[in-house]
Amino acid sequence: MSDGGETRLTGTVASPGLARGVLFPLRESRPVYHSRGPEADRAALAAAIEQAAAALTELMSATESDEAAGMLAFQVAMLEDEVLTGPAYAAIEGGQPADRAWADAFEDLIEDFAGSDDPAFAARSADLVDLRDRVLDALCGRGGGLERVPERAILVADDLTPSRFLEVDWNRAAGIALASGSRASHVAILARGRGVPMLVGLGGGAVAAPEGASAWLDAEGGLLVVNPTPATEARYAARDEARAASRLVVERFRVRPARTASGAPVTVYVNLDDPDRFPDLDPAWCDGVGLARSEFLFERPDGRLPDEDQQYEAYARLVRWAQGRPVTIRTLDAGGDKPIPGLTGEHERNPFLGLRGLRLSLARPEVFAVQVRALLRTAALGEVKVMLPMVTTPAEVERARAIFAEELAALERAGTRAAMPALGMMVEVPAAAIAVDRFDVDFYSIGTNDLIQYVCAAGRDNDAVAALYDPTHPAVLHCLRLVAAHGAATGREVSLCGDMASDPAHVATLLDCGITALSVTPAAIGAVKQAVAAVG
Amino acid sequence: MTTVVEGTARLTNEVGLHARPAVKLMQLAKSLPSAVELSVDGRSEWIDAKSIVKVMKLKASKGEVLRFRVTGSNAEADLAELVGLVTREFDE
Repeated sequence: MSDGGETRLTGTVASPGLARGVLFPLRESRPVYHSRGPEADRAALAAAIEQAAAALTELMSATESDEAAGMLAFQVAMLEDEVLTGPAYAAIEGGQPADRAWADAFEDLIEDFAGSDDPAFAARSADLVDLRDRVLDALCGRGGGLERVPERAILVADDLTPSRFLEVDWNRAAGIALASGSRASHVAILARGRGVPMLVGLGGGAVAAPEGASAWLDAEGGLLVVNPTPATEARYAARDEARAASRLVVERFRVRPARTASGAPVTVYVNLDDPDRFPDLDPAWCDGVGLARSEFLFERPDGRLPDEDQQYEAYARLVRWAQGRPVTIRTLDAGGDKPIPGLTGEHERNPFLGLRGLRLSLARPEVFAVQVRALLRTAALGEVKVMLPMVTTPAEVERARAIFAEELAALERAGTRAAMPALGMMVEVPAAAIAVDRFDVDFYSIGTNDLIQYVCAAGRDNDAVAALYDPTHPAVLHCLRLVAAHGAATGREVSLCGDMASDPAHVATLLDCGITALSVTPAAIGAVKQAVAAVG
Repeated sequence: MTTVVEGTARLTNEVGLHARPAVKLMQLAKSLPSAVELSVDGRSEWIDAKSIVKVMKLKASKGEVLRFRVTGSNAEADLAELVGLVTREFDE
């Protein structure tokens, strides 16, 4: 890493947000433990265990997260278990120094859990390492180091344990940047819950970053920008300001129906997977759910696919949340950048052009049928619309429709309450946009994220071609106009649910293309409505 | 009079027997006067349910059947409490 010059590290967003701060690398060094004989070591270990248990108990009473409380309760219980502590004390009696005795007591256990096939159990090995190290820290007289976290600190480390996350005063610290780490980790869940921006997978360069260097943690674009140039600084500061301003706008505009300056109504749906994750979101701010991505149900820590009842419960929660407004649920859109272990192919050379979305569902009818039944049952509860992703040919829609019809008949024969939902398609493959009049569906929803990258042949995850990924390319807008015109001519709704819809800067363009329904992220509702109101 | 009783309960909660459910089961077992042994039906040895380390090492997942062997003067009632906790999905 050069001194002074701007450095950009790319990573994966584990918890979204934008933060300016100073880098605070967590150094993993611990003072050496000096053994003073069995008797003293025994007392030292007992004291260290007690200190660790007290600290964990305190964290437990301070946390509001169920997830965190469960993990901490497990750690405390471990410390109280003689099956674990007994062998450590015995080793000390046998002449081992206390630090070695304690670490050895964990060795087999950690290995045992790390090797588990069940990811939920495998994840426990990280909790055990965390627990082992907490006691070793206490034994060696090393504080967590987190009590001296500077104001606006961006914590930099290879990985971060949940209990260390909980020790940090997040009113002071700004974010987390990890060299390795995972989106699915415990600490990522905690960060999202607490609204702490977090990047993972930044690579070794992150750990080498100089302490105290100023940086922007861009957990929207997946970038850590160290020593930003004045131009970068200005750009990020403007974005940050816009975020703050839009928060105010959100509050003013989000409660009103969206209308243009000339009074034309615009439908504003929300993109919402799990209402529990947005407890402050009021359904009255939107016209319904325009996109619920069912793949969130399939990304489970235990790695198993959700069964019919679990899916039904999750979909029913959306219908209840919407209070009579329509809920559009997209069937599983796995593949591409959203692999699901055990379901999507492992070795596709070009996954974005491969077996994904509806293609995968039709290739795995036994998995699809489970989802179809859950959706049919949900449709009996309210206005449910089902959207098929990655449709390329009309035949695919007809095959999906036939599966819906078969499963509905089976449910009815079994006396299960079910109904046929409106069946629509996502328009994201250029072939579907260009030949949209060949597709007989109840509604169309344009997925611009993929449509743009397919039309422009520029991956949205590739910085090197970012300039070519242009939402306003005339060819992209041409596709939007084609679909909107077909919808208007046949009386079918056309909405747009890509990131483009959530960007107020694009609203005027979209309305000009004939789009009259936008599905936006919860945070963008107010800003998008404001942009609609500014259109003549 | 000391009696020995056995009973089973299927794990229906999402995460299986780890984290908080494991802690709750261990704590309940520890609070009972009886000796409580636990196994996963068909694939494990008996372990002492009063040790969190041993309970966790069972790695019992959703859908598996837990088998309890309770020994004590109040074994029937203690067994009922243990089975109840599992079937109530650990009150989560």
